[in-house]
Amino acid sequence: MEFLQDLLEFEFLQKAFITSVMVGIICGVIGSFIVLRGMALMGDAISHAVLPGVAISYMLGINFFYGAVFTGVLTALGIGVISQNSRIKNDSSIGIVFSAFFALGIILITKARSATDLTQILFGNVLSVQPTDMWLTLIIGGLVILVVVIFFKELLISSFDETMAAAYGLNTRLIHYSIMFLLTLVTVASLQTVGVILVVSMLITPASTAYLLTNRLSLMVVLAAFFGAFSAVIGLYFSFRYNMPSGPVIALATTSLFLLAFIFSPKQGMLWKLFRPRNKKKNEILV
Amino acid sequence: MIEPIIVKNISVSYHGNQVVRDVSFTFPPASLIGVLGPNGAGKSTLMKAMLGLIRKDSGTVHVGRQPLNEVRKEIAYVPQRSNIDWNFPIIVKDTVLLGTYPKVGVFHRPKKKDKEWAMECLKRVGMEKYANRQIGELSGGQQQRVFLARALAQKADYFFLDEPFVGIDVSSEEVIIDILKSLKAEGKIVFVVHHDLSKVKTYFDELVLMNKDLIDAGPVEQVFQPGKMTKAYQRNFSLLDDLEVTM
Repeated sequence: MEFLQDLLEFEFLQKAFITSVMVGIICGVIGSFIVLRGMALMGDAISHAVLPGVAISYMLGINFFYGAVFTGVLTALGIGVISQNSRIKNDSSIGIVFSAFFALGIILITKARSATDLTQILFGNVLSVQPTDMWLTLIIGGLVILVVVIFFKELLISSFDETMAAAYGLNTRLIHYSIMFLLTLVTVASLQTVGVILVVSMLITPASTAYLLTNRLSLMVVLAAFFGAFSAVIGLYFSFRYNMPSGPVIALATTSLFLLAFIFSPKQGMLWKLFRPRNKKKNEILV
Repeated sequence: MIEPIIVKNISVSYHGNQVVRDVSFTFPPASLIGVLGPNGAGKSTLMKAMLGLIRKDSGTVHVGRQPLNEVRKEIAYVPQRSNIDWNFPIIVKDTVLLGTYPKVGVFHRPKKKDKEWAMECLKRVGMEKYANRQIGELSGGQQQRVFLARALAQKADYFFLDEPFVGIDVSSEEVIIDILKSLKAEGKIVFVVHHDLSKVKTYFDELVLMNKDLIDAGPVEQVFQPGKMTKAYQRNFSLLDDLEVTM
């Protein structure tokens, strides 16, 4: 409860709190679609690929947001171009493009700034959140949530049955690249909190946890947002109290929640499967 | 208003190999058409190319005078079961509700009457008891019926079903074919990709018979002939009527 008092007392802690809750929410929301569309690797790729953009922004003295969005979008397009115009499979083209961008990013960052900055960008330091970072996160968060609410129907149908979506005239390619764009924004917003390397844990793990618990997409998105925010707050707490890097703590918090769901989920849990070894057969008979 | 579907000179290639070659045909309103041919004949590919889901080398598809692209909301598509993620977090009644999306339109939500209509469609395929089940908990036939209900919910004029009868139980098959026949009776045009030769005559009134090239398209009596079948399947079909019984 000391933490609550500190939270009321220190302004920097409030900013860190607001930022990490928002990051947790939007990572859960976008992550749900990333998980269902089988794009987990893409999420990993985009989050790594914003690094050179961040470095270039530092060099030019502009907000890291612009550079990060630029290289993030460039990566999504590059991956699309390679897998559509050659026999290279999608996961391989993801590997090719993002490792190149990431490598370039590391070199540029070490040239541009000191090594401590690199650690912060890679692993996050939620306590160093500045007012501009907080506002940036809130604006991106608002935008992401707004887009998902307005186009929820279209996101649902194109994630579930892309062929039907295309057959009745939805522009599924536009939807794909819009999700990539939102993903880039979310990654940029998450840089301070979880860092480049572990954004993927915030995107994939809370959404996967939610996926084990519900049969409705809307509920999955809400649960994923909740798990994301909860993990982010835990990360903040440990970072503040024990001086740990926030990214890894958040990642482990998301994993703990996932394990709980994995074992105890009413429908999918390992525990119940142990006690109902013939569960599968029963289903077949029912049918 | 329902208009004829006119396909002209469709060709499709995958990696330089032509899998559909110069296929043309026209079908009037009130047609129930089986798209028939051996494995690898390009049946599903033809259907996807007609709908503009994959790139064509050449060819056009018109609905009356309009390009098919102009009437997309009137097109209901039922994919092959193997193309669906059955673990997706969606329950049966919400799956059927997806069928109302094209006409509900972007920026709008399905209303109460759309939900009621979806339930009606679910009843029509006899699946209302399963409305709250996750779709992966159903049998193959039940899944196919739910997807047909989704197509019905769309109130479309043109239906495209890709292998709807694969791996499903007899009663589901009957429910589905009855509904397809009633769609035809309402004047709609229904294309069904099909590869099982039994029941061709009882199911369909029109056929597209192909093996990369179009062998023939038209009424069943005209197309389902030993000579043409032999040409399509590269094996001997002298006793087509026996086939009906034995397969």
